[in-house]
Amino acid sequence: MGNKQTIFTDEQLDAYQDCTFFTRKEILRLHGRYHELAPHLVPMDYTNDPDVKVPLALIVNMPELKENPFRNRIVESFSEDGEGNLSFNEFVDMFSVLSETAPRELKAIYAFKIYDFNTDNFICMEDLEKTLNRLTKEELTPEEVKLVCEKSIEEADLDGDSKLSFADFENMISRAPDFLSTFHIRI
Amino acid sequence: MDHNDSVFFMGPSGPSSNLLLDQLPSYQSLLYRRKPSVAGSSRRRSGQRTRLGSSSSWKLKGERLEERPKVAPLQRHARELPLSMVEKRRHKERHMETEKELVGWEQWWQGTRHSLKRLREEGGHLLMALQLWRTDIHVIEGMFGTGIRSYFSFLRFLVLLNFVIFLLMFGFVMLPIIAVPHASGNITSNLDNEKTCSDYPSTSRQGLVVFHQYISDLLSGTGFLEETYLFYGYYKVDSINFPKFSYNLPLAYILITVAYLFLSLIWIVKRSAAGFKQNLIQDEELFQSFCNKIFAGWDFCITNANAARLKRSSLLYELKTDLEEERIKQKIAGRTRKEKCRIYTIRLALNIFVVSVLAACFYCIYRATIYSQESQLKHQIFILELLSEYLPSIVITLGNFITPLIFSLIIQYEDYSPAFEIRFTLMRCVFMRLASIGVLLFSLWSQITCRDASCPCGYNHELYPCWESRVGQEMYKLMIFDFLIIGATTLFVEFPRKLLVTHCEHGLAKWWGQQEFAIPNNVLEIVYGQTICWIGTFYCPLLPAISTIKYFIIFYIKKLTLIHNCRPATRPFRASSSNFFFLGVLLIGLTMAYIPIIASFAQISCSQACGPFVGFKTSWEVVPRSVDQLPYGITIFLKGLASEASAVCFFVITCLAMFYVIALARAHKCVIHQLREQLAMEARDKRFLIEKLLQAQRSAARFRGGTSSSSSGLYGPRSSTSQGLCLLEPPVSTTNV
Repeated sequence: MGNKQTIFTDEQLDAYQDCTFFTRKEILRLHGRYHELAPHLVPMDYTNDPDVKVPLALIVNMPELKENPFRNRIVESFSEDGEGNLSFNEFVDMFSVLSETAPRELKAIYAFKIYDFNTDNFICMEDLEKTLNRLTKEELTPEEVKLVCEKSIEEADLDGDSKLSFADFENMISRAPDFLSTFHIRI
Repeated sequence: MDHNDSVFFMGPSGPSSNLLLDQLPSYQSLLYRRKPSVAGSSRRRSGQRTRLGSSSSWKLKGERLEERPKVAPLQRHARELPLSMVEKRRHKERHMETEKELVGWEQWWQGTRHSLKRLREEGGHLLMALQLWRTDIHVIEGMFGTGIRSYFSFLRFLVLLNFVIFLLMFGFVMLPIIAVPHASGNITSNLDNEKTCSDYPSTSRQGLVVFHQYISDLLSGTGFLEETYLFYGYYKVDSINFPKFSYNLPLAYILITVAYLFLSLIWIVKRSAAGFKQNLIQDEELFQSFCNKIFAGWDFCITNANAARLKRSSLLYELKTDLEEERIKQKIAGRTRKEKCRIYTIRLALNIFVVSVLAACFYCIYRATIYSQESQLKHQIFILELLSEYLPSIVITLGNFITPLIFSLIIQYEDYSPAFEIRFTLMRCVFMRLASIGVLLFSLWSQITCRDASCPCGYNHELYPCWESRVGQEMYKLMIFDFLIIGATTLFVEFPRKLLVTHCEHGLAKWWGQQEFAIPNNVLEIVYGQTICWIGTFYCPLLPAISTIKYFIIFYIKKLTLIHNCRPATRPFRASSSNFFFLGVLLIGLTMAYIPIIASFAQISCSQACGPFVGFKTSWEVVPRSVDQLPYGITIFLKGLASEASAVCFFVITCLAMFYVIALARAHKCVIHQLREQLAMEARDKRFLIEKLLQAQRSAARFRGGTSSSSSGLYGPRSSTSQGLCLLEPPVSTTNV
């Protein structure tokens, strides 16, 4: 039916549709966006799964991510090498997790990764302070920052180790009513 | 023993305990795309260890997936797993393979289920694409965030609701009349001694009509508009005789009114169910306020630099307010008794003041209505006539404009916490808005019903030969005026303000500042309009259509003023609680709309000169009469349903159900509390055990000495304790722990 596109095989599109929260049209559109980021680097023909990665610097300049204070962390969390260079699979995965229909549990896993700046699988005081400073662009006084971080840990820490493990974080997210609507990017 | 004491200090064994923790099954999902942590926070790791770490976690994951019972992981859809695309495809293929192993019909069943799911998704996407104003709301969300977006989604919901109500009314009440070329209905003739009651002087203008009288007719619903489908009075038909059956119009009219009220209730409750759960049952909403703001505060949808800057400042403001709240809470806790007495007396005095202000407003509305009704009998010049027609609307609008200012002024003296201040002021404004409609209706009712028993028809037939049409006209006027005011405010207040602020350098203009899109006031405006629509539809069946068109145009007006004139509010409205707030206020409006309608059904005698209920004592009477005409069995059944005995039974059953649900909720809360404590205890146990393990390993290493050749991969070189504990047991065997 319709126009025959030559970017992906039907089987690939099927697999994408099953593995992400996007429809075929959206995946093709995403490929267009990915190609736009680095036209000389990204081939138009993906039928043989080329191994191409777009560097971090190009991705964080996308309009959807440009104004996000966590853009670097977001892209790094979805990249295989941890440096922020995304292949198309990872690119699609990123926007799929951040789409409207992704479930809360999945979003919570990635949110935890994003906010864990030192990647030690805990959100400790330093991570929280960094998050807060990124959010407010350092306009709170250091005492206020400390107070807010202390209060947050107090609120969410269940096991009493004064940092947030993934279980604490997930529990806290399940009681945050805004999380699903704010942790989503429209593309 | 200091060994045991040292367990409780995080100390230098922190990072190495992290290594152990990394190998626990519960951490594997996090390790994907993350290098396993070592001592220090540097992200550049040696390639070999990385590969070992990630491949080991891979293998572990694979094994873990197969170890678990087949049910849990394979049933989860591939897209919901936190794995890479390649992994997900592998998972899906594994799933397909297991499917192939199934017996013939099960395979077919899986296949159909898969294609049905795909079909449902496509259908859902199509439905989403057909949504009204999808791109407009998307743009607004990008520029102003989710709080304001929820206002526009609410507006869209109201447009749909009104359209559906209009379709109901049109389909069941108007269409039958229009479809039949001449009213083949039998207009019931009244008994002779009530001939005066059925006397309905025509209000259409005779002779040479001046042009402006048409305009005043259009704006007030009198004159040529009164005898059209717009108003109740025109539907003077008893039953319509189609070739095959007879259509009972009065019954349809009443049942459709009940139906649309019921439908609105169900739809609103369904829409607010999710927000309700969050806001009322989770009473610890404020408990997590800081975490919510840090982790769920930034709106990832923002794409506009300006909006980002404003979001940042609003988050800052929110955090500062929260810190302020903490301080105030402590201050309140430290209040002395004398201070408490003083505060309570101030609050009492101010509340009395508020009540007196409200009473004064209501009295003004009452007098304005009475004056307006009386002046309609006299003929005046055009402008004065229009003014006196619209006097109640003008007074209501003035009241609704002044009272919020007064409320926001005096709440500062009542010394509440900031969050409560906002909510309390809002509640007062809601009350003012909705009660003003009630007062208007009450004053009409006092005019319509006779105080003494000297009414032969049961209502004041001299002043109001067709009182329902009159009420309909009042509602029509309120709605038109409301629409005009919204348009006029935008045109004559907001646009000039924007021009003034951008072009004038005077300090006063800067201080006034740009318009903020104040969500609460806007919401109250449209809920007010919707309440009028609900009340008025019974008396003015075309009102939902007018309402739909009105909200449709208001969407574009508000969007225009938002984009051109407004800057986002410094005090942001959170999306989740705002949905609940909107629908909560709408529900209050709906409840308010029920009261006049029920009163007019059950109590006030319907007019004998117009409308479908000629010949009945009250509007509701048509239902028992129709029920009597049904077959005997059904009549008995319906009568039994409506009797007191079944009402009492129903009430008792509802009470029992409610008690059960409350008890269940309480039990769940208890269990949650216990589980939370258990969770904390388990985590502490885990850390304790890890420390013990590390201590044991350390002492064993010290005991065995530093010969690296004897190490069988269990202990590495003893250069530093932390490094020595890096490569503990190989990943596979840790699963046996």
